[in-house]
Amino acid sequence: MKFTLSWLKEHLETDANVDQVAETLTAIGLEVESVENPADRLKPFVVAQVLTAEPHPQADKLQVLTVDAGTGEPIQVVCGAPNARAGLKGVFGPPGAYVPGSDLTLKVAAIRGVESRGMMCSIRELELGEAHEGIIELPADAPVGAAFAEHAGLDDPVIDVAVTPNRQDAMGVHGIARDLAAAGLGTLRPVALPRIEGAFPCPIEIRTDDPEACPAFFGRVVRGVRNGPSPEWLQRRLKAVGQRPISALVDMTNYVMLTYGRPLHVYDLAKLKGALVARRARDGEEMLALNGRTYRLDPTMTVIADEEAVHDIGGIMGGEHSGVTETTSDIVIECAFFDPEHIARTGQKLALVSDARSRFERGVDPDFVEPGLAIATAMAIELAGGEPSEPIHAGAPPKLDRTIAYRPERCRELAGVDVPAERQAEILHRLGFEPTMGETWQVKVPSWRRDAEGPADLVEEIARIYGYDKVPSTPLSRAPGVARPTATAEQKIERKVRRTAAARGLNEAVTWSFIPEAEAEPFGGSSWVLSNPISEEMKVMRPSLLPGLLAAARRNLARGAESVRLFEVGRRYRADREHPTLGLVLAGERAPRHWRTGKAQPFDAHDANAEALALLAAAGAPTDSLQVLGDAAAVYHPGRSGRLALGPKNALAEFGELHPRVARAFDLDGPVVAAEIFLDAVPQRRSTGFMRSAYAPPPLQAVKRDFAFLVPQALPADQLLRAVRGADKTAIVGVRLFDLFTGTGVPEGRKSLAIEVKLQPGDRSFTDEALKAISDRIIAAAAKLDATLRA
Amino acid sequence: MSDLELIKREWIARIDGARDLAALEAERVAALGKQGAVTQLLKTLGAMSAEQRQSEGPRIHALREAVTEAVAARKAALEAAELDRRLATETLDMTLPVELGPQGSIHPVSQVMDELAEIFSDLGFAVATGPEIEDDWHNFTALNIPESHPARAMHDTFYFEQTDAGGNRMLLRTHTSPVQIRIMQQHKLPIYAIMPGRTYRSDSDATHTPMFHQVEGLVIDKGITLGHLKWTLETFLTAFFERDDIVLRMRPSYFPFTEPSAEVDVGYHMENGRRVLGGTEKWMELLGSGMVHPKVISNCGLDPDEYQGFAFGCGIDRLAMLKYGMDDLRAFFDGDMRWLRHYGFAALDVPTLSGGVGA
Repeated sequence: MKFTLSWLKEHLETDANVDQVAETLTAIGLEVESVENPADRLKPFVVAQVLTAEPHPQADKLQVLTVDAGTGEPIQVVCGAPNARAGLKGVFGPPGAYVPGSDLTLKVAAIRGVESRGMMCSIRELELGEAHEGIIELPADAPVGAAFAEHAGLDDPVIDVAVTPNRQDAMGVHGIARDLAAAGLGTLRPVALPRIEGAFPCPIEIRTDDPEACPAFFGRVVRGVRNGPSPEWLQRRLKAVGQRPISALVDMTNYVMLTYGRPLHVYDLAKLKGALVARRARDGEEMLALNGRTYRLDPTMTVIADEEAVHDIGGIMGGEHSGVTETTSDIVIECAFFDPEHIARTGQKLALVSDARSRFERGVDPDFVEPGLAIATAMAIELAGGEPSEPIHAGAPPKLDRTIAYRPERCRELAGVDVPAERQAEILHRLGFEPTMGETWQVKVPSWRRDAEGPADLVEEIARIYGYDKVPSTPLSRAPGVARPTATAEQKIERKVRRTAAARGLNEAVTWSFIPEAEAEPFGGSSWVLSNPISEEMKVMRPSLLPGLLAAARRNLARGAESVRLFEVGRRYRADREHPTLGLVLAGERAPRHWRTGKAQPFDAHDANAEALALLAAAGAPTDSLQVLGDAAAVYHPGRSGRLALGPKNALAEFGELHPRVARAFDLDGPVVAAEIFLDAVPQRRSTGFMRSAYAPPPLQAVKRDFAFLVPQALPADQLLRAVRGADKTAIVGVRLFDLFTGTGVPEGRKSLAIEVKLQPGDRSFTDEALKAISDRIIAAAAKLDATLRA
Repeated sequence: MSDLELIKREWIARIDGARDLAALEAERVAALGKQGAVTQLLKTLGAMSAEQRQSEGPRIHALREAVTEAVAARKAALEAAELDRRLATETLDMTLPVELGPQGSIHPVSQVMDELAEIFSDLGFAVATGPEIEDDWHNFTALNIPESHPARAMHDTFYFEQTDAGGNRMLLRTHTSPVQIRIMQQHKLPIYAIMPGRTYRSDSDATHTPMFHQVEGLVIDKGITLGHLKWTLETFLTAFFERDDIVLRMRPSYFPFTEPSAEVDVGYHMENGRRVLGGTEKWMELLGSGMVHPKVISNCGLDPDEYQGFAFGCGIDRLAMLKYGMDDLRAFFDGDMRWLRHYGFAALDVPTLSGGVGA
């Protein structure tokens, strides 16, 4: 909402300057977005008179002028304007002046060999309009040497206020003045309501057939108007706030809207057939609106129509065909009340934003329909002449008959600031509320404040006018002692896995929750498809964290990264719910080529396994009980992947080398390995307090024994290790595979697994017999897996 | 000088003159070996009379001891010289570069979330979370944003085809406020909580991304006022930015879910072309806040005459940018490892109150 300072001062009697006004507006909740004074840019430009005009010796289209700019000496200026002539008064820019419309700074220059010491300016050069046929011509009485901006009435700061959606009343200059007056910045000037005597009965029928969405449709005819351009002052004001002047009658409707927050519409009576009716649109009805676009309407929308066509999308935008033109002689002025919810819905459906909509959807003052029509009629006659008919009042606007029971203590209880009761009453009163004081106050809400619904709203009114800066900063009460921990088990797991992954050399990324549909496909597709995605790249909710990480890995490799280790802690969005997950992707080189280690090493599936296990350990999962199951999801290489599970249906993680097809789909060359940790599947440890189980390091040294077994090629190593560990659960405290070998000396179809077994004696050292017995049990256990001791 | 003294001097000179371990060994054998000169002298003791032995014995033993010591000392000296010689040949180029292993990092958003959790836990606030795919009621209706309310136009909402029980389309939450609703519905009072998380709006330009992170705070208790809100925000921001010159300015504003509502500006100044919070030179909008609207409280089944409180919200990405100086929001979600390493945090940069929450 833009307005100028002089416009405001017509409604607010005040000595305040623009800075005070702006500061107060922001302080009371009408946030000032900008303050701009067009005069500031035009400061160097002065009124000047052309003394002489001679043809330029070198150029037909140029003239050499001498100009009196009030400096006492004639100034020589080369000018190309056809209207430049001796005696003309115009606008002069001296060297050093910045010409906004041409984006140049003037300097003394020779133009075709003749020195020019400044410039006579056109309308466009000063960004005051489009006209550029010649230089500005000022009236003969314009004072030479005076600042042009001041002379032209441009020294009027424009204030732009961001009005919040609850404040219908601040969508007009008068309402803003009321707020400022309440804040003590001056006195509100009352609205002067004209009395209009209808000279004849309204010649057109006006009615509302849609009392729900358009409960009141007031209007009247003015006949015999002459609709020319509006007067200078009005044009200037509209232009200052960014409105394009069109014609006196259209400008009038905009002016009343901007001044009182009261949208209007004016029709050319000659273009209407039969009654003018507010009704629901018929399915498929269309209207060419004033913005040049055609809108297709449906029966949820309310329109103003005559017998033949729709002329107005009620409360939002008028139609092109019935608008007033310069030849219009008789008009119908519409001043209606539209239901805010209907307007909002229609506006959203049509994606049509207009000044009228932004007011009607906030809700215009229901008591200002009749006054609005009177003000509009008076102004129409003032600007365009003509004779008014009697008005027609079809329907009645809904009364806002609201009284709020209010205890003045509420202000302290809610806002924390003690405002004396009298001061509270005064503030409310100035804002138009009518408080009746007593133990519990009865506060009548003004018709323009439908947003005030309860005591909390009144507290806000009082606090914002009294000053939020006066609200004292009040400490929350603090529980005695050191703050108690608040993190949940799930939150602690997330923190641990995140920092463990980073400590292990992985870089945490945050990638989009939505991904391209095609990238979700290999992961089983997405259960959640956006109806209104911002692009195809962000269309479906990720079923896995890997697509986003793979895309990031691709980008990094494309940017020259040799090694990519990325992880993310976030959610997978599945049909049932959102699953907290850690995903990781390793691509490129595990180790770069190096003088100590030689050639670069690529990642393999075991790296993913290691990360998954380490992260599960950090999450507190019982890693000793985990089995490696071979049936990971189809995005992985079928032979180089696995699930880490506590049972066939209870996988805590998946890891492996990416399926080459998937890698190719993501444009990734070379092996890429990945893992996902399903954080919500990690069993939560029962809290047993801080006490650990009793433990003392055993006094006797552990004994190590090595075994080399020949096992079937297909036997998973883990099975052998488990079998060996199970051979003596007390004595065997560690089983470690230290060699895996196939080749010379190992029969076809077999592989050699070499294992180091760590045996912990208890109170007494192992005897040779005891060691032999354990060794035999180990060999026997291995034998059940078709493992034979290697000779 | 006695003969024995002369012999001692001679042997010690010979031992000290041994040039290497082999020569020393030869001298040792010549003196102390089975046929050695000193050994021979010891053997003469057997043939002596008791008196003679009494006087000569200690002297000859002393000679043997002196020679033995001299051999040991010379041996140690020769070995030390030998080690020095060997070490002198074992030089490695200690400027050869070594690998430190990959350097992992924590994303600034996670780091800031941990910082927030740490600061607010000291104030007694827990961290609450909730679904990102929400229903219409929790995201809008319960928050006093009815279907046609103009405030809904402020939220460019992403919708799904799926509908909730009431026939409204499921959506991506536009703020973390639905978590407020969900924790209020649990009726475990009082409530002191912050709600960080991902939020979504159909918006994309230099300063807006369709996905971003927000943190909201909620207090529901008895006797809570706007003054408590002001103090909480001042306390939080002073701790977060670790500056004592943080100044807040509350401005009246409007949110459907709070009444009274306030936007909160924070003072800043420019240092080397960058915004630095602190002071009152300039103001920037940082938070939205207010007293929870009585309708929202009753929508959650609580009695607004008994319980009231405040709520606030602000962008986590924005907090991170202001504190750590990133200037491009889109880079947060690109996963560029160079960016992650530059703006990220070490695994052990765990925010603590004793060490400071910033890193």
